Amino acid sequence: MSDVRVAGVGLTPFGNTPERTSRDLFAEASITAFDDSGVSRDDVDALLYGNFMGELAEHQGHHGPLMAEAAGIQAPATRYESACASSGTAVRDAVMRIRNGEDDVVLVGGAERMTNLGTAGATDALAIAADDLWEVRAGMTFPGAYALMAQAYFDEFDGEREDLAHIAVKNHENALNNDKAQYQSAIDVDDVLEAPPVSEPLGLYDACPISDGAAAVVLTSEEYAEEHDLEAPVAITGTGQGGDRMALHDREYLARSPAAREAGTEAYTDAGIDAADVDLAEVHDCFTIAEVLALEALDLFPIGEGISAARDGRTTADGDLPVNLSGGLKAKGHPVGATGASQIAEVAKLLSGDHPNSEFVADATTGLAHNAGGTVASATVHVLEEVSE
Amino acid sequence: MSENETRDAGFDEWLDAAEEDEAYYLECPNGHGSLPPRQVCPDCGATDLEEVPLPGTGEVRTFTVTHVPTPAFEEDAPYATAVASFGPVRLTGQIAGIDLGDVETGLEVEIEVTVSETTGERVLALTPV
Ligand SMILES: [Zn+2]
Repeated sequence: MSDVRVAGVGLTPFGNTPERTSRDLFAEASITAFDDSGVSRDDVDALLYGNFMGELAEHQGHHGPLMAEAAGIQAPATRYESACASSGTAVRDAVMRIRNGEDDVVLVGGAERMTNLGTAGATDALAIAADDLWEVRAGMTFPGAYALMAQAYFDEFDGEREDLAHIAVKNHENALNNDKAQYQSAIDVDDVLEAPPVSEPLGLYDACPISDGAAAVVLTSEEYAEEHDLEAPVAITGTGQGGDRMALHDREYLARSPAAREAGTEAYTDAGIDAADVDLAEVHDCFTIAEVLALEALDLFPIGEGISAARDGRTTADGDLPVNLSGGLKAKGHPVGATGASQIAEVAKLLSGDHPNSEFVADATTGLAHNAGGTVASATVHVLEEVSE
Repeated sequence: MSENETRDAGFDEWLDAAEEDEAYYLECPNGHGSLPPRQVCPDCGATDLEEVPLPGTGEVRTFTVTHVPTPAFEEDAPYATAVASFGPVRLTGQIAGIDLGDVETGLEVEIEVTVSETTGERVLALTPV
């Protein structure tokens, strides 16, 4: 089995560019990733591409070949759709293809064009990640689903909105010097608490923005990296995937994410590490409460204690376990299909010292990327480690 | 529901039954409950599923008040959505017949079918007992 190296990463700015097509966004990300990798486009064996709402936002299906063409590669291409976990799922399959020797070089990534839909249109599109018959037709929105989980968490563990606000404040703070982030502005707890409600108890600043953007990552086998003398100091050493019932109401515990736990456990075992070995994490904070549920599902904090992690300074940049140093989905932005691959890019840069926030994790060797779809009916987790030469 | 629209087999029959106070769930031989349309028990794979009357009252397990709706509920917002348990199954429904500020976890509710103020489509609703 071959180890999998992160040879190059590329991100577009995440934000509000409604006129840019997803093919244009992905082309830009792929150019950056290839330039960063030193890998020839001719050597790419496959493109695995994540996208969620292309049919609705761009009246476009069959994204695989379109994106291969946009990236200038002549290789078979497949689109992955697992709601917000689309490109995390693509990364997992890319890792498995390289490990089993099927491929030496895989371009993996994703893109999403969302802001052209407007707030109402994007809200409508995001809702299709839930069960249309039994959830959406009752009026459940995507923020509404996480609000249901937040209320369930508050009822079970005594958290409050102010605890969640500290997560938003932290992630905005982390994005201040990330020039790809949608929000590079500081906010305080009062800003979060006084923001208009979206779906109570969640307000506007508890939610990630609607974003356009793309991410691309060039993955290679260890042998390929060595033969081509690539500078690829970070390896993906663990991968895991979990699943759950589609509808939130079918979960035994409404404030827990067993699919993320399943994915995390598998990824830790695969990498031969424990949760205690994790030095930094990028987790899927589509809403502030989602960061809490992720930290607990990934065993980074005990059940019921994840909610105070940001408030207590445990997960801030100078805490003992920095979480979402990129700004997270909350401040960096959440172009749905790009998010999972972008987390891999951020963790790789943080570990290799190429990230604006690398100074906070100078001694870090092990990072985690957690990508979640829907109300976490889909989840992927990846462990990335700095390779010691 | 508008007359010329194709129905969703299983789901629309369930709403028809709920309108007659005859809501049901599907039970497998191992006692797992689920909702239609369904041919296979999602818990154990059993394929002989039987329609069993849903308990008359359920209990709200969590809720939210939504201010930013999808376009299909534009005129309905703000409204409360809740997950309620009815015996072995749980449902997501829109709370009706109570002030939004009075919705709370533990509230006892029964199933009602209302219509969206925006689209006129049928909506699975939960009203206080
Ligand atoms: Zn069963």
